[in-house]
Amino acid sequence: MSIILNHVNHIYEEDTAMAFPALTDINLEIPDGQFIGLIGHTGSGKSTLVQHLNGLLKPTSGEIYYNGADINEEGFNKKELRSKVGLVFQYPEHQLFEIDVFSDVCFGPKNLGLEKKEVELRAYTALKQVGIADEYFYQSPFDLSGGQKRRVAIAGVLAMKPEVLILDEPTAGLDPKGRDEILDQIAKLREETGMTVILVSHSMEDVAKYVDRIIVMNKSRVLFDDVPKEVFRHYKELEKVGLAAPQITYIMQELKAKGLNVDTDITTLEEAKEAILKALGKK
Amino acid sequence: MLRDITLGQYYQTDSVIHRLDPRVKLVGTLLFIVSLFVVDNFIGYAIAAAFLLVVIKLSKVPFKFMVRGMKAIVFLLIIAVIFNLFLTPGEVVFSVWKIQITKEGIYLASFMAIRLIFLIMGSSVMTLTTTPNQLTDGLEKLLNPLKIFKVPVHEIAMMMSIALRFIPILLEETDKIMKAQIARGADFESGNLIKKAKSLVPLLVPLFISAFRRANDLATAMEARCYRGGDFRTKMKPLIYQKRDRWAYVVCWFYLSLCIIIGRVLL
Repeated sequence: MSIILNHVNHIYEEDTAMAFPALTDINLEIPDGQFIGLIGHTGSGKSTLVQHLNGLLKPTSGEIYYNGADINEEGFNKKELRSKVGLVFQYPEHQLFEIDVFSDVCFGPKNLGLEKKEVELRAYTALKQVGIADEYFYQSPFDLSGGQKRRVAIAGVLAMKPEVLILDEPTAGLDPKGRDEILDQIAKLREETGMTVILVSHSMEDVAKYVDRIIVMNKSRVLFDDVPKEVFRHYKELEKVGLAAPQITYIMQELKAKGLNVDTDITTLEEAKEAILKALGKK
Repeated sequence: MLRDITLGQYYQTDSVIHRLDPRVKLVGTLLFIVSLFVVDNFIGYAIAAAFLLVVIKLSKVPFKFMVRGMKAIVFLLIIAVIFNLFLTPGEVVFSVWKIQITKEGIYLASFMAIRLIFLIMGSSVMTLTTTPNQLTDGLEKLLNPLKIFKVPVHEIAMMMSIALRFIPILLEETDKIMKAQIARGADFESGNLIKKAKSLVPLLVPLFISAFRRANDLATAMEARCYRGGDFRTKMKPLIYQKRDRWAYVVCWFYLSLCIIIGRVLL
């Protein structure tokens, strides 16, 4: 059970003077349960890529398989696919429309044609999962704070009980606290449900702490696809394409260069603290 | 989906017609339209065709772009031709059962068709060679005298250009919201009319909210820059008539007088 992309190409405005390749020869396999960071500069094709995964966009050429079935074949049930592959867009709070928070979250499961009881149960569970307290349930979604709105919007997708959850820049425009809250919640959710999570971001810092695989996109192609520490080893190449490894990587590299015996593969603050203390203590 | 809709069909290239002052193009188009209704014989239309062809050639816009605008009026054209063809009384040329085609009918129908086609093509030349912003600028300058009658000319022009500017933004926004709701299982295509109308709610509510938010932001930004409406405002690129603009006026008026003379006086 997985998503497989086979030589996927996507060209915007094909056959016109403004033709623009957004995806070039993408080959990926996304097995169940993985936590993936999809990183790339603005315009590198990452948003285009995730819109292919639930069939919103059709590749110009190449195939996408979901659990072995070609999703762009005639007769494939795209509606069902979209309930299995949940996509949370950038600034998802802009899509809220119902009169209260609870009804808005019900919109997704209701579209799946579920019974009223099941719809409400799912909405309730999803709102709890993203940490929205009961007292907000019957407020207008437009009265909430930015971070709360975003969590409600994420709940709207979660309520469809997807097997794969894709979040396109879920932290854009949030303050550091809101960012950490959302990311922690997603990590927790993934632990509880075991679903596949794809986190789209342009910041390595955001994803380094959580993911077990990083796919780096550059100019419509996949540049790196590996575990975080392997990807961060290429920090000089990452810089060339306008990205950067987490600050920790730089600190550890410089400490090493200055003669301190530390592990340069460290990616998180906590690990770094341990390693530095250890290195200093031994001295 | 929505990417395919093009509004403001400006064709970017560098030509004499593109460089003309938008006021000249507006007045010129108006004169051309007047000429089409003054003329009522084939020699007159030959002159109009020649004038139009020269202008199209000068504009360097591929001919197929002119024809594209025609698609919208094909239906209207067919109806106009049919009605004129069959319902004009006069000297019968051809008749089957109760349907009669008269000489006058043929004349009227063909005049009507030529007029409509030239009309669309003529105005296409203007919109293809002038950006929407230039057009509103030109319109503002042309309508300036109406200020005497307390018509808020500048405000009208400002509203027009803001509206035009926001069309592509809102289209993009619509596309985005539509996709987001489709990802949540929304269905905008199937079902009967009532169901379809209902399915638009999840699209329209966010769209309106976003439009209001953008309008509010824009108003604040204008306020912060001390925007204060029409009087005493200067322009970064003021419209000033060049030599070629004066010549273009001369050519347009000459063309109209020629049409009047040939269409009315001589024949």
